[in-house]
Amino acid sequence: MSGRKHPIVPLAASMLLVASLSCAHADGSDADFKAAYAAADTAEKEAGALRNQWTTTESTLAAARKAAEAGNFEQAMALSKEAEALAKASIFQATSEKDAWKALEIR
Amino acid sequence: MISTMRARFMTCLASAALLLAACCGVAPQASAAEAPNPVADAKAFRDYFTKKFPKVKLEDFVNGPYSMNEDMHRQWEEKEQFPPYEFALEAGKEMFAKPFKNGKTYADCFANGGIGVRQNYPIFDEKEGKVITLELALNRCRQANGEAPYSYVKDEMASLTAYMAFTSRGKPMDINIPNDGRALEAFEEGKRYFYTRRGQLNFSCATCHVQSPGERIRAEVLAPALGIMNAMPIYRSEWSGMGTTSRRFTSCNSQIRGVPLEPQSDEYRNLEYYLSYVSNGLPISGPGARP
Amino acid sequence: MASTIRVRATSNGDITEVQALIQHPMDTGFVKDAKGEIIPPHFIQRLTFEHDGKPVFIADWGTAVSKDPYVKFSFKGGKKGDELKIGWLDNKGATDATSAKIQ
Repeated sequence: MSGRKHPIVPLAASMLLVASLSCAHADGSDADFKAAYAAADTAEKEAGALRNQWTTTESTLAAARKAAEAGNFEQAMALSKEAEALAKASIFQATSEKDAWKALEIR
Repeated sequence: MISTMRARFMTCLASAALLLAACCGVAPQASAAEAPNPVADAKAFRDYFTKKFPKVKLEDFVNGPYSMNEDMHRQWEEKEQFPPYEFALEAGKEMFAKPFKNGKTYADCFANGGIGVRQNYPIFDEKEGKVITLELALNRCRQANGEAPYSYVKDEMASLTAYMAFTSRGKPMDINIPNDGRALEAFEEGKRYFYTRRGQLNFSCATCHVQSPGERIRAEVLAPALGIMNAMPIYRSEWSGMGTTSRRFTSCNSQIRGVPLEPQSDEYRNLEYYLSYVSNGLPISGPGARP
Repeated sequence: MASTIRVRATSNGDITEVQALIQHPMDTGFVKDAKGEIIPPHFIQRLTFEHDGKPVFIADWGTAVSKDPYVKFSFKGGKKGDELKIGWLDNKGATDATSAKIQ
């Protein structure tokens, strides 16, 4: 495997770190959950436009909705954040694969 | 196993894998858009597999995992004496012959009455500017004659395509790419889909069928991509029944944790076009039987 | 209605080899349908092959046998032209039978 450092690695890592940090400070309210879910949903729709959604994003969103319905807003928020991260990763995958696919091509 | 890991860790892993994949890509190609060259692509495709598996006869690649594993090959030969797909095949023959409510039949929609034509599909329709697969053509035939379309992933379509494949058994795959920019584009799109990583497991079709044929994914032996369409549709023991190309494409997607697209989406049609073309010359072996 | 039993029997003079493919759902009773309701168990309980009035193969099956079961076995005796009788009975009391000539 190449040892080259890619500028995006620390960026992706910090994205996830920020996501988990902001989660730790959540106060678990309904409004916070709705905002987090909306962000996740938007990201998932963007992944959909790229024709590259992940099944696990969908199931995490479903789990978030279910937790919210049960009134468990803290968990619902955590799941929404996770779903957003998954959706964003799938967007990153679709975007980078636009060029990266050529590396696998038989020539 | 991956399935027991927390999703967040997987996200991290997936991102890292993606980045490594991007990093480890071959030295940046001076990507002046190369002109599409399906003939060269098909030759390179074939050479890759015949070189990787020098002991496998060219026509045997259409037998998928059975061409990769001697023990499985023996079991499969026995199975072919009394194939599990007989019932679906017979059902398909009956369905094909049965007239629609308006008195017409499937034979009216196809060249040569639909007999011995499977090897020409997918066809690029120059009027429409799109790839038409056999499954799509069958449903369009139904709709043109006042019948409801069949599901692309259920038994009826599987039985019908099984019968049509059977009437073409032994004939070489014969996909045509007309000298039409849109056809070349469809071919290139199919190729791109084939090599593009997707799903949370970050696999492309090539990951299994180009990089790892003959190796195992869990308990299954992977088939080579060369000739992989020639056996379709397939009776899978896993499905306890005959399954269509659409079913295989959508289930492969979900197995790598990618949300499947609609059956017969442009991407799948183009993928089938590409995969069939690069296997031109290899015999139709459908309907196939698989684990 | 066409028989659910496909059978081929070949004899080399000494040993007869029999292959059969039987169309049957072999539902275990553990699978749910699209509506979420259990598909009731529906499987072959007994399968019998007879030659010359005597059983040469009897199978007592349960839910572990998959859909559209395939059976292969050999028995001593049986010549070309002899008749082989095959029959099954399932847990719903349905039956089917057929006969085939040994080739």
